[in-house]
Amino acid sequence: MDGIHDLGGKEGFGAIEREIDEPVFHARWERRVFGISLTGAGGAARNADHFRHAIERIAPAAYLTHGYYGRWLGGLEIRIVEAGVLDTAAIDRRALELGASPNDLVAAQPARQPDRVDYRPEAEGNRRRAERVPRFARGERVRTRIHGVPGHTRLPGYARDRVGIVSALHGAWVYPDTNAHGRGENPQHLYTVAFDGRELWGDEAERGVVVHLDLFEPYLEPSHG
Amino acid sequence: MDDRSAPAIRAEAIESLLIEKGLIGAADIDAVVERYNDRIGPLNGARVVALAWRDPQFKRELLSDGTAAIARFAFEGGQTEKLVVVENTERVHNVVVCTLCSCYPWSVLGLPPRWYKDPAYRSRIVREPRQVLREFGLELAADVEVRVWDSSAEVRYMVLPQMPTDATAATDDELVARVTRDSMIGVEVLR
Repeated sequence: MDGIHDLGGKEGFGAIEREIDEPVFHARWERRVFGISLTGAGGAARNADHFRHAIERIAPAAYLTHGYYGRWLGGLEIRIVEAGVLDTAAIDRRALELGASPNDLVAAQPARQPDRVDYRPEAEGNRRRAERVPRFARGERVRTRIHGVPGHTRLPGYARDRVGIVSALHGAWVYPDTNAHGRGENPQHLYTVAFDGRELWGDEAERGVVVHLDLFEPYLEPSHG
Repeated sequence: MDDRSAPAIRAEAIESLLIEKGLIGAADIDAVVERYNDRIGPLNGARVVALAWRDPQFKRELLSDGTAAIARFAFEGGQTEKLVVVENTERVHNVVVCTLCSCYPWSVLGLPPRWYKDPAYRSRIVREPRQVLREFGLELAADVEVRVWDSSAEVRYMVLPQMPTDATAATDDELVARVTRDSMIGVEVLR
């Protein structure tokens, strides 16, 4: 989806703000959101792709203003509500009791008809046995597909319809585009593809820059000429 | 609770409801948080880098199969099912990002700093890496190739920085102490 999360190449965000002696967590609630998310999300956790897609669907304004753990919080609430663990009205009520304002920006935007991920991983981790030989070889020129997809995908917008060179093959991996939606692990070959900066950014590109992305086979087609 | 921000209150609402339903355990959550807060951090990656500086055979193994090479350390923390280590040289400078979320090699670098997850870094480093690195205090010569690694799948990247030229006589502990988190992300060169 062409969401707010797809930030590569967007302009206007200004200087990068660094912090000296930064703590791992900046507030108690960040610790709790991290801990709940890593211990099964109250029974709503499915797989990492499903979690990432939940984060992509939070309110764009919250994505930019609530910080990293605010995004996790939004993704946590979406998954909890969509799994039927808690309902939004109960969370709203409790938040008001705890001093929230009715005008507070809430990150979560649960779907009315959510995806169901009703299977367990077929193996540990994300690497899977390849059922086909890879379509592309190292050194081959490939073009990324031009269109976005409505749901989760790992082809960033800035690298669509661009020509690059396959620089590494990684075997077959769980395909995020289907796994995020409960449509199966559907393993696909994964490649590192190197793109010259000028191919991505045109004449304004800095010289001597190569951007590498890890891209699944369905994102790629052969490029001749 | 002194933090009354909207996400702080929302998080407390969700946590309290999950506790009342018996769906989360405070002790489990504390254990996970403590693990990432105290035990998993860039010191792990620094030990890997220092060993690679010291031991050419380990360095070759690390660059050819990062996950296998670091197995001997038995780090916790995950996110390195496939670790690719990329080497900085006189001619090549590597820098790591995740533009779509904030993927990061947790078991070797810990949880990422805030700037790594913020929109400014994620949006700019793929488009104007030389300018961003300049703002980090790093002026790269025009003939140095900049390689940006956008972690768009489950492969995780770590940079092997160049050893500071004055560190050849250092002890192992001294070498480890010279390695910074930022040098392993690729936004710093060690001097």
